[in-house]
Amino acid sequence: MLIFFGMSLVTDPISQIRLVPDVSQQTIQNIVDRKHLDDPVIVQYGFWLKDVFTNQFGTTMLGDKPIWPDLSRAMWQTAQLVLVAEFIAVAIAIVLGVLAAKKQYSFFDYATTTISFFGFSVPIFWFALILQWLTVSLFLATGFRLAYTFGLSSPDPANWFIDRLQHMILPVTALAYVSIAQYSRYMRSSMLDVLHSDYVRTAKAKGLSDRTVTMKHALRNALIPLVTVVALNVGALLGGVVITETIFAWPGMGKLFITALARAELYTLMAWMLVAGVIIIVFNLLADILYAALDPRIRYE
Amino acid sequence: MSDRHDPGRPIHTKGADDLAETEGATEAWTELAGGKTPPAAVERPATDLEARLEAELLREGLEVEHLTQWQLIRRKFLQHKLAVVSLIVLVIIILAGVFAGTIAPYGFEEIDLQNRSQAPTLDGFHIMGTDKIGRDYFSRVLFGTRTSLIVASIVAGVSTLIGTVVGGLAGYMGGRTDNWLMRLTDLFLTLPGLAILLILSAFLGQGSPIRVAFILAFLFWTATARIVRGVFLSLREKEFVEAAKAAGASDGRIIFRHILPNAMGPIIVSMTLTVATAILVEAALSFLGFGIQPPNPALGKLIADGQDSMTTQWWLVTMPGLLIVTISLCINFIGDGLRDALDPTQVIS
Amino acid sequence: MTQAALKLSDLTVEFDTVDGVVHAVDGVSYEVYPGEVLAVVGESGSGKSVTYLAVMGLLPKPAGRVTKGEVWFEGENLVGLTDKEMEHIRGNRMAMVFQDPMTSLNPVFTVGYQLAEALQTHNPDMSDEAAKDRAVYLLSAVGVPEPETRFDQYPHEYSGGMRQRAMIAMAMANEPALLIADEPTTALDVTIQAQVIEVMKTAQRETNAATILITHDLGLVAELADRVVVMYGGKVVETGTIDEIFHSPRHPYTLGLMMSLPRLTVNLTRLRPIPGQPPSLINRPPGCAFHPRCGMSAGREICRQEVPTLASTNGGGHHSACHFFTEVARELEMQAADLGIQAEGGVLDDVG
Ligand SMILES: Nc1ncnc2c1ncn2[C@@H]1O[C@H](COP(=O)(O)OP(=O)(O)OP(=O)(O)O)[C@@H](O)[C@H]1O
Ligand SMILES: [Mg+2]
Repeated sequence: MLIFFGMSLVTDPISQIRLVPDVSQQTIQNIVDRKHLDDPVIVQYGFWLKDVFTNQFGTTMLGDKPIWPDLSRAMWQTAQLVLVAEFIAVAIAIVLGVLAAKKQYSFFDYATTTISFFGFSVPIFWFALILQWLTVSLFLATGFRLAYTFGLSSPDPANWFIDRLQHMILPVTALAYVSIAQYSRYMRSSMLDVLHSDYVRTAKAKGLSDRTVTMKHALRNALIPLVTVVALNVGALLGGVVITETIFAWPGMGKLFITALARAELYTLMAWMLVAGVIIIVFNLLADILYAALDPRIRYE
Repeated sequence: MSDRHDPGRPIHTKGADDLAETEGATEAWTELAGGKTPPAAVERPATDLEARLEAELLREGLEVEHLTQWQLIRRKFLQHKLAVVSLIVLVIIILAGVFAGTIAPYGFEEIDLQNRSQAPTLDGFHIMGTDKIGRDYFSRVLFGTRTSLIVASIVAGVSTLIGTVVGGLAGYMGGRTDNWLMRLTDLFLTLPGLAILLILSAFLGQGSPIRVAFILAFLFWTATARIVRGVFLSLREKEFVEAAKAAGASDGRIIFRHILPNAMGPIIVSMTLTVATAILVEAALSFLGFGIQPPNPALGKLIADGQDSMTTQWWLVTMPGLLIVTISLCINFIGDGLRDALDPTQVIS
Repeated sequence: MTQAALKLSDLTVEFDTVDGVVHAVDGVSYEVYPGEVLAVVGESGSGKSVTYLAVMGLLPKPAGRVTKGEVWFEGENLVGLTDKEMEHIRGNRMAMVFQDPMTSLNPVFTVGYQLAEALQTHNPDMSDEAAKDRAVYLLSAVGVPEPETRFDQYPHEYSGGMRQRAMIAMAMANEPALLIADEPTTALDVTIQAQVIEVMKTAQRETNAATILITHDLGLVAELADRVVVMYGGKVVETGTIDEIFHSPRHPYTLGLMMSLPRLTVNLTRLRPIPGQPPSLINRPPGCAFHPRCGMSAGREICRQEVPTLASTNGGGHHSACHFFTEVARELEMQAADLGIQAEGGVLDDVG
């Protein structure tokens, strides 16, 4: 299945090659020559594949700039954003999900449900803009700079760490919000399932305290499905990254993607897709490992 | 729901390989419920007597239910207050969208030079204000909504069709077909969807709502396919299908007369949810500038155009955004209500 | 008379549901004595499990609650105890083996861990080694082969019968004064059933615990029980010793139960299920809950109007809640004759 994955991610960009001549108006003959664009698709693919492995994804069409240095830098910037956002999202979602399930039909439960329904319904780009607007309004009104709405860092920060944090708050919030909405729903329903299970009743019948039952016997089981959900969400997350990074001018993979797309930089896009594919595969493997760690039933397969 | 696993055999519900193992309509409903893949649980094998009794009861229960099924569904749906309110709001919005041409006080591109960058006011009926060059924002939003609704309907229609065909085939045929179709579906599910949509839309979409809709549909059928497959898989084994088969009914007849009607509930719910997602994604594409292009009106594009003057002219970003949120929230609530109403396995809470 | 190990008095449990209040257990009173095995029988939904969930304080919250009555155990009324107070009793002085062994063990912890946990929860000073030793001993005591190896295995590596044994071991871990077994064998196949029953017998003999055996299996009752409580629609309809219940039932429902037993001596086509549906526990029929299904109630107003109370049938411990319990004996003979069995000397000798 994973090989199939990789295959299609590689073959997907080839089909794009065919589309180039239709779109790009600046099809200068020397680009065509350099990239062998007048050869049959399969030959182009061969050259591209060679570039990928020997030449670090080769160069861009316009300007002949090497792709990999930019891409790898962007990956690192995106990783900061995504890891922080996901970490926060998972932690908050677990807490919300567990509490909502423990207090099913309470006010708190309805409140979290409502919040996550909003999470499903609010477009992330609009949410990001509103965050920007609120932050700017706060700054204009009080002169207090809670966060920066733009970029990665200030030119000359007094404290590098705090400065970076201030730049990260908004994009992280925007990214995390959507994930929280989704994960907490999953967490709630899987926790409810587990809380009504026979083995939780057994644990209670043993005389364990409510706390031990919830935090040990129930939580561990309820986390198992969440792992899958989080791992499968990486692809969607990369989409969210495209939007947030564009809005907050965060120089990561998403921004790079949009810039490349606007210039129809096919080779950059192909490299990007390949990297995205690898990331998705890596996360699926990680999920498998975590899954096995949590669930002894598949450990021995 | 009974599981056909050996008690000792590990079960998990992850990855394509196992999809062939998980089964049934119950799974479809849990999936629709926003969720949970059930943690592996080995069910105790029902004894013969129990199984017989259960089947008996089920048959009686089903017959009783069939008589009043639609009344029952309607009653259950009406109990879901939020869903009912949402339905009313949504119908109003849809009507406004359909009759945008007559309702809108101004044209989409009509310029009122006297009133540029006007905050919402009753003066000249600019209830959502005007933009930089004096176009009535309410009218623009209304036309944008119309585009959104058109795109979303096409996406829902087309992707439900594809999803039902793929899922139905996989579920009904089973075996190899099922395996490959589900791998394909899984592949689509894990892809960085938005990135692919952006590329496709940028190179193929050329700004037309219809094209954008078809591109979206191309990626959106997977959720429906999985759900439909689950239902088909479980219904295929049911007695009434077996009976029809024994009576010599053709595959087509079995599918259209016996299985499909029973699969309608999950299909409708997943279609509803597709509409909501489609609206959000179309808006995102248009916002990024690779979806619907001018002169076609689009809510996402309106927000993108308004973002530079967001701090001084708040209504430019807020109004179209609120509309998107309202529509999508309504649809999600309706979906929730429908799910509760249509799910036969729903236990009274 | 010795002090009862458990005494239920007027225990009433209700569930709030969308459709209305479910009267799952309705004014149940009886006692169990140390060393005694009391069988609780009755058809599905008659309130057997709910009674003991209430005793254990494990009713699903917030839907289920005890609305009336008392549960006396070791000099304390358990109704109204807080969760904290119940924690010291559960799994310690009073333990329960649940209906379904396949799902009753936590899949992500080893069986040994779950056993040791049961021990250490109530003996905080017990070292890990001591807990392990004792757990291994318990596993061997219930007949799990290679207990040392099995200790470190997960539930999915156990067969159904072994899981049920592990559950029994867990319940016995702290030598409870009261052991509740809720259909301990229904999920198992016949040979395994027999083995588990042996295990239960031994365990019961060794600890001399008062044991409640909830079951549908009258064969099992005949084999293990000393006394029987028959429940119908949330109420106790008959109690008595095993002889009394099997040989001279005094309630038409019990009679129906006995008659519905498939017996090798009787042609199976003649098996008679009790006709009709179990009563709704939301809108209960007025009068005797059994009257819509009772042949004896035909034309008798009192059955429709007056709820019969449990009354002694023999001046001793045999109680029945039927207005016409004296007629049941005749009914028994007639039905037995119908089935072509010799009525004298106890129709139901061959049971068990
Ligand atoms: N959580 C609940 N909510 C509502 N009603 C419930 C709940 N649990 C049990 N009941 C009702 O209480 C009644 C008694 O159930 P109980 O489980 O005690 O039956 P039982 O005698 O143990 O049956 P079985 O032999 O099938 O185990 C049933 O009618 C059931 O529907
Ligand atoms: Mg029970």
